[in-house]
Parts: sequence; structure tokens; C-alpha cells
Amino acid sequence: MRRGKGGWPGRILPPIVVLIAAVALLEAWLRIAHVKSYMAPLPSAVFGAMFHDAPELLAALFWTTLAAASGFIASGVLGVLLAVGLCAWPLARRALYPYTVFFQTVPIVAIAPMLLFWLGFGLLPVGVCALIVSIFPVIANTLAGLLATDPALDDLFRLYGAGPLATMWKLRLPTALPNIFTGLRIAGGLAVIGTVVAEFLVGQIVGHVGLGVLIVAGIHQSRLDIAFAAVLLASLLGLAMFAAVNLAARLALHAALTPGREDGHE
Amino acid sequence: MHDASTTQRAAGLGVQLENVKRAYPNGVVALDGLNLAVSPGEFVAILGPSGCGKSTLLRLVAGLDRPTAGDVKVGMDATAGAAVSVQHSRATVAYVFQDAHLLPWRNVLRNVALPLELRGVDRRAQRDASLRAIGQVGLSDAIDRYPSQLSGGMRMRVSLARAMVTDPRLLLLDEPFAALDEITRQRLDEQLRRLWADRGMTVLFVTHSTTEAAFLAQRAIVMSQRPGKIIEDHRIDLPSARQADLRGAPEFARETRVLYAALERGGA
Repeated sequence: MRRGKGGWPGRILPPIVVLIAAVALLEAWLRIAHVKSYMAPLPSAVFGAMFHDAPELLAALFWTTLAAASGFIASGVLGVLLAVGLCAWPLARRALYPYTVFFQTVPIVAIAPMLLFWLGFGLLPVGVCALIVSIFPVIANTLAGLLATDPALDDLFRLYGAGPLATMWKLRLPTALPNIFTGLRIAGGLAVIGTVVAEFLVGQIVGHVGLGVLIVAGIHQSRLDIAFAAVLLASLLGLAMFAAVNLAARLALHAALTPGREDGHE
Repeated sequence: MHDASTTQRAAGLGVQLENVKRAYPNGVVALDGLNLAVSPGEFVAILGPSGCGKSTLLRLVAGLDRPTAGDVKVGMDATAGAAVSVQHSRATVAYVFQDAHLLPWRNVLRNVALPLELRGVDRRAQRDASLRAIGQVGLSDAIDRYPSQLSGGMRMRVSLARAMVTDPRLLLLDEPFAALDEITRQRLDEQLRRLWADRGMTVLFVTHSTTEAAFLAQRAIVMSQRPGKIIEDHRIDLPSARQADLRGAPEFARETRVLYAALERGGA
């Protein structure tokens, strides 16, 4: 992979400097303007909450990660399978694809309460929420990739008598791999959003208190430091999902597209 | 010019097109009333202006497309009427496209092995046949390389090896070397001519180039503009042993002139 000038420190340092400067400016402004802590917490207070309330925050992070990751994995697996099905059966594609758009347009905030009503107040409705919010980009991108095979290669596979299974496995899926990862990258962030939204509604009814629950509770109890710490962790979780997909993509595409044994030839 | 021996001739499939018409739903008529008979083991070049239906013709012969009217027969002795349908003979037909169209995630060896893999040939036989085909196009040093690491000419040779690996009895090439530089193209032409002399398969070679047609083929067919018809069916009167220096010979110039004149008549 190509790196920026000066290797990885050159890539990582500038944004870190910006971050530190922005946080320092914010802290200074909040202090000078005497903004009340229930209106906006000081960055140092949020940072402090990370330590004082670490057990609570980490437990919440664990539950949110569990729900978001399960929803994400489910939407990855189901999304790719659905796209494969829609690709293989053109009739199904024409009949059903318009309805997959529904997943993108559905107002999750509106249907989440119903999901709780149907599925109970557990991890399940939260994970399903994450699934619903994140599956569309997986379906849409995968399907686009599966259908974008080189027509000449389609002909070649036909000429050599390849069945639909072999064509899917040896031509369509490998062709679609970059698109699948594009879909998953988007899905990772959306799954976290879906999870947090569902957690807003679940409240503290059950044992597993996620980050979304902490955010709502923090706001109600004028503990914006905890609420912001939870928001920060949720953002970091989204980022981590994105990074994990990127890493997987790099490994998979690297294995698929570059040789293992270049040495010995030129 | 009948340089293929009798045993080699038996290794080729005959092709017969009778009154073939191919019209598309949008009203374009690519071919109309086309008649063509190719003997087993013959090397035929097909020339014509862009969009005259040359590619359509190849796709019909390959069985990748069906005629709107007329008959396409490919078989052991198509000219004698004992033709098998295109579908049945597909196993022995190979196709080379204008560009290499390799799978970028497979190395040279696995790209060449693909047709055998799709047909369920066992791994060992796949490997042996692929290595042989790769050797024939002079790429034995590059079996581990990926398409992105090859030059355009090398990629085209891999594509040729992939076609040859099934030991086809009918080889269809659709302007295969058109995108390459002149020197590379001439090398590949020479390689293809050698492959044909060794294996004796029937070859249909679509090209824009009169010199390429004259150098390669025993017979050249010139098609008119759409709807494509054959306006010239010319036997190339050159010795069967063709070396690179033939391209400078006066009789070579004479043959290309004949083809060029026919192309002009066809409205190229």
C-alpha cells in the first residue's frame, strides 16, 4: 500500500495535532464564557468521567459492541446471501429489489418501539435494529458488484459449460469482493447508530445497559460528562468497526489480488 | 497452401453457415443471407469494416448467440451434412477476445487452468495441460505472476494459452492482437501460426488488418458493411512456411492489395 510522505507518523501526527488544539480551544472557551456544566461539559470533565465512571462505561461499551457487532455480522451475512439470491433469480430481483430500498428509507426511530413490543426488551430487538439500519448498503453494493462482471468473461464461462454455482463462486463473488467491502464499511457505522437508537428506547429496563442508555440517563441526570463520554465511546466503536472492515478488506483483497511468491521473477 | 497433413486435418472441426440472418430487437440487422463453409483444419481470416457483424458471426459459430434465421453447423464433417449442433461440440471450441480478459485474482497458471477446472478435469491433469499450453506461448517463467504484473502482450499470450489448453478443434479469435504494438503483434501472429501448424485445429480469425490476414490465413473473407455479406472469398496464394521476412516480399504485397481493394469495395 502507498503511504503518505514520511510513513505512518506523517499520516497520524497532523490529525492528532488538530484534535489536541481543538479540544484545548473548546476547554478554554467553555471556561472563559462560564458555560454551565449541565449545558456543555468541559472536555477535561468528560476525560475525567472516562476514569471515574470507567466500570459503568466499559460495561455499556461491552453491551453496545455486542449488539452492534451481532447486528452488523447478521446484516453482512444476510445482505450478501440476499444479493446472491437476487442476482441468481432475475425475476426475484425485479419483484423484490424495490422492497429492499425500504430498509434504507425506514425511519428506525419510528419502528424501534414496535420491535421492542414484538421481540421483548433484550439484546435481540437492539441487534435487529442494527441489522435493519445496516443491511441495505450491503445488499445494494453486493448486488451491483455481482451484476458488474465482464460480459466477455460471462461468455467464456458459458462457453466452457460453467454452471450457475461455479459462475457465482469463481466469477461473480470474486468480482464483487471490493463492492461487498464497500457495503460492509458503510454498514459498520450504521449498525452502531441503529444500536444506540434502539438503546435510547430500551432504557434501563433490563440488565444490559448500553451506551445509548447511558447517554439518555446522563442527560436526564444532568451528567453531561458521562453522556459525552458515552457518545465518544460510541463514535470510537463506529470507527473501530470501520477499521476492522478495512483491515479485513485489505487482507482479503491483498490475498486475492497480489502474488504470494513474487520473488524469483525479475 | 494445403499444408495441414491429413491427420492434422482430422483434428479440426468444419463450420457451415447457411443463409444466416441475425437481427436484434432494436432493428439492427447484423448479418443477412450469409453463407460460409469452412473445411476442417482451415485457417480463415475474416476482414471487414467496423460493425459489419464479424463479431456476431464468431459468436454464432461459438454458440454464444443464435441466428434469427438460417443454420449454423459445426462438426466433424459439417460440409458433408453430418454436423453436430453447436452445443454438442462446444467442448472443443475456444474463443479469444479482443482484450485478454483474465481473472485478476488468479495467477497465470490458474488463469490458464480455468477452462479445465470448469469442466471438472482433475487437478493433476489440469496442471500438466496448463503448463504445456503456457510453455507453447513462451511464458513458462511467469506461471506465478498475476495479470497486473504482465505486459499487454504477455496477457494476450496467457489468453491464447487459456484457449489452447482445452486442445480446441475450432479456435475463434476476435481481433485478438489489435490493441498491441506492431512488433508484439507480429510475434504473436507467428506464434499463432506455429500453434496452428502443430495442432491443426480450424481457425477463424477476425481482424482489421490486411497484412495480418495475408500473413496468417490460407483463405481470407471480406465482409461488406451492415448487414454483413461476404463480398470476397480469397485464397491466399503464399507458401505454407511463412517466416517473418515474408512480409517484405512482393507476392505478400500483392495479396494484401487484393484484400485492401475488396475492403474498399465493401465501404470500409
